[in-house]
Amino acid sequence: MTAGVLAPPQPSEPRRDPNAGPRRGQGRRISKLIRMIPLLPAIVLMLIFLAGPVIWSLYGSFTNASLTGKAAADPQWIGFDNYTKLFSDPIFPLSVGLTVLFTLTSAVIAQTILGLSLALIMTKANKKVSATIGTIIVAAWILPEIVAAFVAYAFFSQDGTLNQILAVFGMIGPNWLFSFPMFAVIMANIWRGAAFSMMIYQAALNDVPPEITEAAMIDGASGAKRLIYVTLPMIKQTITTTLMLITLQTLSIFTLIFVMTAGGPGNDSTTLPIFAYKEAFRFSNIGYGTAIATVMLVVGAIFSIVYIRALRSPKE
Amino acid sequence: MRRKAAIGISAVAIGALVGLVGCSASGNADEDKVLKISYIKTDAFTALDTLFTNVKADFEAANEGVTVELLPVAGTDDDYKTKLALSQRSAETAPDVFYEDTAALRSDADAGFLLNLDDYVAEWEDWDQFGDAAKAAGAGDDGSIYAVSLGTDTRAIWYRESVFEAAGLPIPWEPETWEDILDAAAAIKSSQPGVVPFNLYAGTGTGEGSNMQGFYELLYGTELGGDALYDSETSKWVTGSQGFVDSLTFLDTLYTEGYALTPAQALDPNIWQEVFGTMFPDGTLGATVEGSYTPSFWVEDGSYEWPEYADEMGAVAFPTQDGQEPGGVSMSGGWTLAVGAKSANPDLAFEFLTMALNKENALAYDKENSQIAVRADVAADPSYTEANPFIATVTDIVAFTHFRPATADYNQISVEIQKATEAVITGSASPEEAAAAYDEAVKGIVGADAVVDKS
Repeated sequence: MTAGVLAPPQPSEPRRDPNAGPRRGQGRRISKLIRMIPLLPAIVLMLIFLAGPVIWSLYGSFTNASLTGKAAADPQWIGFDNYTKLFSDPIFPLSVGLTVLFTLTSAVIAQTILGLSLALIMTKANKKVSATIGTIIVAAWILPEIVAAFVAYAFFSQDGTLNQILAVFGMIGPNWLFSFPMFAVIMANIWRGAAFSMMIYQAALNDVPPEITEAAMIDGASGAKRLIYVTLPMIKQTITTTLMLITLQTLSIFTLIFVMTAGGPGNDSTTLPIFAYKEAFRFSNIGYGTAIATVMLVVGAIFSIVYIRALRSPKE
Repeated sequence: MRRKAAIGISAVAIGALVGLVGCSASGNADEDKVLKISYIKTDAFTALDTLFTNVKADFEAANEGVTVELLPVAGTDDDYKTKLALSQRSAETAPDVFYEDTAALRSDADAGFLLNLDDYVAEWEDWDQFGDAAKAAGAGDDGSIYAVSLGTDTRAIWYRESVFEAAGLPIPWEPETWEDILDAAAAIKSSQPGVVPFNLYAGTGTGEGSNMQGFYELLYGTELGGDALYDSETSKWVTGSQGFVDSLTFLDTLYTEGYALTPAQALDPNIWQEVFGTMFPDGTLGATVEGSYTPSFWVEDGSYEWPEYADEMGAVAFPTQDGQEPGGVSMSGGWTLAVGAKSANPDLAFEFLTMALNKENALAYDKENSQIAVRADVAADPSYTEANPFIATVTDIVAFTHFRPATADYNQISVEIQKATEAVITGSASPEEAAAAYDEAVKGIVGADAVVDKS
């Protein structure tokens, strides 16, 4: 168990108390309860600040709550109307498609491959080089999201850095944010997110004992074979955990896209979070917006379950 | 021993939590009265901040123990309205006096955010200074007064005279039909290739502005006139009208002939800054449709100071499609001041409102913000008419101006129109296709029962 960086603790069997018999069962239960007391404040806080909004959002999605008009003063329970409307809304499948495209390309594929490659290169490179490159890459991640979003906007906009660089080579770049909005936000997210994966993979790679790779080398395994058969299996848990984290993070990205394209032109970069925001706050349909948010919650939950199952399997 | 320590720690933690909650709930019961004022303040719009800063000083001097707390929001109109609506959800955060868009006023009154001012204005001696139209601007669906107008605006064609002269067009230019606009644009394009002849905003980038300063000038000038968007008789949204298709066709011509900005430029949310800041002063734009507040950007201390604007620019009403009556089209909006229904000190709040809207303050505000005055005494003041050389032109336009249907669905429908214009100028749909898509979208939003087919 060397590769468990960031892997969640495995549920372990409760330790058996040698004195515990059926007679003492009740006493144990009480002492167990007392031991839970220090957790109480944390649980209360979690309930208020995490479960509270989730429950409110779920409740809101069954009402016609609105920011203005009669429905704001007196929201009515409308059952599943918001959901039936959502599933027949032409923007919904588009928005789900864009969210999947955004998450798959920018997080699952690009950030994982790029992050892992960077981490592998950095373990090979000399210290000064890896420190310098590391700092540059991590800078994108350290920037507050709003700043990173403006930087990306300035890079891709009509008179932005990218088009000015292209102009030096005599090329006239398109208006990226208008003509290729998804490409622009995906590139921006790769740039911003690669550092996170890289840092975790670096830590995991440092945990791979050099003896094992050396042994494989002596056995005649080539570089690629050592990577596929030795290194990757040893950091498999880390890869799954990282995938889960970046998938969930990317699913809910809002600021980056909102600042760069605001979901436009039209709805061409309206991912689910932007869609929910537009409905709730631009069109005042809080109820409909929370229905979209609830769908997002379900999508996120499905992803987490898949990943958590994948994490568990090798142990059993 | 350990158990005791654990219990002790958790007791402390719970105690701290309770203490924290207790602290925020107690206190400020016997403090001085505070009035919260919410409004917009941006780099380009500081007139209201100036007004409130002045009134705050006077009001605090006149009412001892009262603190006026100014809460400017630096954001777009849409962001401000969202923030305001969110703050209205709780008495803790709801402002006492706030800047309220006439377009949102009716649904906000329905939502119970606004205090009914009927009894207050009845005793307000200045109320007679407001004309009937200005009074109606602050009325809710039930006919009661919920807000007091700060000023209104109209839309006109603003054109650069030197560009029109160079194209051999007469000054003052007075277009009577849409065809006259296309002819003038063609003349400018052929005589001055580097100049954008005639811009009309379109698409989602400029948001509501692309309707107010664009599509509606066309639509309301078609056969159905004031009922082209929303049929006032049946209270239903109009679909399938020829005027809608004609308006989109006109936009299509403007953009495909290269008379207007490029579609990519038109969809940049900040394009208006370029229009005011560089294109008109540099003479690279012939004309655009803009609000009566246009000079406020160019005056001294404006965002894009351009002292020569008074001699260089001309303003004229937008013509109807074929020159039919009333001969011109305009859209009006305007903002008001309202008192929050949840205000703890409604009397003080109304007093603050009347101070902000008294003759002296209204005059200063209307001048600084190039507003069309709604108070008779302000409109008659010589310093008001002298402050802005275009005031007579834009005030005359009030005669045939239109207001948006202020229904709760309006924002969504407005976006559908923006999408239709965007589809046409980017070439992704023909005018007929875009109009059909709009009809479908409107039915989806308001339901098939709330539309009326005028085809």
